[in-house]
Amino acid sequence: MANNGTPLVEMRDISIAFGGIKAVDHVSIDLHPGEVVGLLGHNGAGKSTLIKCLSGAYKADAGEIYINGAKAEISNPRDAREYNIETIYQTLALADNLNAASNLFLGREIVGAGGFLDDSAMEAETRKIMARLNPNFRKFNVPVSALSGGQRQSVAIARAVYFNAKILIMDEPTAALGPQETQMVAELIQELKKQGLGIFLIEHDIHAVMDLCDRAVVMKNGQRVGTVNVGEVTDEDILGMIIMGKKPPQAV
Amino acid sequence: MTDTPTHAPQGSDAKLGPVARFVRDTELDTRMIGMVGALLLIWFGFHLYGVFFKDGGSFLTARNLWNLSVQTAVTGIMATGMVLVIITRNIDLSVGSIVGFTGMIMGVLQVNILPQYLGLGHPLIWIITVIVGIVLGACIGAFHGWLTAYRAIPSFIVTLGGMLVWRGAAFLVADGKTISPVDSTFALLGGGPYGAIGSTGSWIVGVVGCAVILLMMYRGRKARSKHGFSKRPVWAETTVAALACGVLLGTVLVVNSYPWPIGIVKSYAAANNITTPPEELFISHGFAIPVLILAGVAILMTILMTRTRFGRYVFAIGGNPEAAALSGIDTKWMTVKIFALMGLLSGLAAVVASARLTSATNALGDLEELYVIASAVIGGTSLAGGVGTIYGAIIGTLVIQSLQTGMVLIGFGDGSYRKIVVGVALVLAVYLDILYRKKIK
Repeated sequence: MANNGTPLVEMRDISIAFGGIKAVDHVSIDLHPGEVVGLLGHNGAGKSTLIKCLSGAYKADAGEIYINGAKAEISNPRDAREYNIETIYQTLALADNLNAASNLFLGREIVGAGGFLDDSAMEAETRKIMARLNPNFRKFNVPVSALSGGQRQSVAIARAVYFNAKILIMDEPTAALGPQETQMVAELIQELKKQGLGIFLIEHDIHAVMDLCDRAVVMKNGQRVGTVNVGEVTDEDILGMIIMGKKPPQAV
Repeated sequence: MTDTPTHAPQGSDAKLGPVARFVRDTELDTRMIGMVGALLLIWFGFHLYGVFFKDGGSFLTARNLWNLSVQTAVTGIMATGMVLVIITRNIDLSVGSIVGFTGMIMGVLQVNILPQYLGLGHPLIWIITVIVGIVLGACIGAFHGWLTAYRAIPSFIVTLGGMLVWRGAAFLVADGKTISPVDSTFALLGGGPYGAIGSTGSWIVGVVGCAVILLMMYRGRKARSKHGFSKRPVWAETTVAALACGVLLGTVLVVNSYPWPIGIVKSYAAANNITTPPEELFISHGFAIPVLILAGVAILMTILMTRTRFGRYVFAIGGNPEAAALSGIDTKWMTVKIFALMGLLSGLAAVVASARLTSATNALGDLEELYVIASAVIGGTSLAGGVGTIYGAIIGTLVIQSLQTGMVLIGFGDGSYRKIVVGVALVLAVYLDILYRKKIK
């Protein structure tokens, strides 16, 4: 892999604790442009917590974040957006009572003269991007609570893609999806990778990781077990890291 | 199929009845139709009861409808703010007490303090008083919002405490004394024959209103065609425009056909050297000023909720607070602003309420919070959060006020009957709403 050059993201020595429990304990990871890095580990291993420090949902107690080699201060989701970091959360993070366009533009609405919302423009943009991502999507004027899991996921992905993300964080993007929709997300990840985005993929499904990721970082009890190039290891190696915290010789 | 510029699938006309097709084409909110229907049912019900069992119907008279509109103002102003509070999954039990406290402060200010410096009847008195009342209300609301958002005390508790604190404070402002009479210009804000804008003014309001309605519909249509979305059929557009303008102009006709009482006409004629015998003078009330205040509040609040980022964030927080925060919305600061707005509207309601009484008492707005919450909820605001409309809250206020007025008119004027009816109506309205929501799912 082209792991030389300045990393897109470098998180150095990140630690965060909740009420004395170290959720993330001195973990460092990096991500290069056009690369998919998988984050693996049991529930509670600290992967979501670690990544939320990057997306601005949490603030790390210690450690530093570098974006394109420059030190970044990320203390809330708005800061993260300034660095073109977009997140697709496990819980989808959609407001159920709003329609697709309102969700897509939430926090970044298109406003017209006098600062009033331009709903028609937002709907038109939403129709354009959905035509690309999910051509069968037609429910533009209903609250997203009326959409299927896959449709909701495509709204969430559209939101990340629309605003020209450079760094994309996907927290189990296919957990709630059927096989066909999962395939759609997989194709989309390949497509975004080609465009030079860096993607952190939090995933439980080991096969998805083997298919989609270039490298995999395994965490256990808040600590990093190791990082492997996916092409150099087997499923069993990775499972061993997740379950027993056993580091194979190829890992760093 | 992706860019099919249609909102509803075409070709399903055959399956729809004429009513369903009408609703679909006009894009009228079925809930609103239901609420207006219920309101009309109440109005005609009370009127016909009067026709059959009393000496004539008295509900659908210009006089009663005019009074109804004035009585709706105080609760209606606050109900529009309560919609935002409830949408964001909070509650404000303190609004009645804020009315009491700000009302007393305004009373003391304009009766005991300002005349000392400005002289009695100075035109600045009412302006300063109103500003102080509104700002004070906003500050109290902001404080409640701060405790709720930044100190994580549930709003139920914060405002329950606030309800007791500000009611007590209202008593202490003047040791329980009633402050009266308020400044004469200030009193006009409460309505009455002089606190109404008369026939010509009402026609101007009506015509300007119609022009704005037509302009907005035209611009909405233009925005839709700009992006190639489907437009409403012309007949539907015309029907909606005719309905909206018809209701507005009809209201003007009603308020203009309610004349000043003869005593007021006599003193007015005497004061203005009018030689026509007072019996032949027909001076219309026209829209009462508090009603215009309510209308202004309702329009501004509707724009705020549907056309601005602030309104969009209110709905987003109600729909999924976590998602709203992750989208970069400062949900805590939003909560402070929402409660501040609620307090501001309570201060404004206190202006109207004390002006209407021409005095300030520490009991002003007592139990009003319950009617405000009931109005918002009857109007379709969901206590689960995320759902609610300003017009719904105002129709809800009208429903409650109509029930109370109607009970008095048909001879059940005893307060206990009114409470029973309003209580039953509240539970019934929410139950019907639950049934409706289940059905559309």
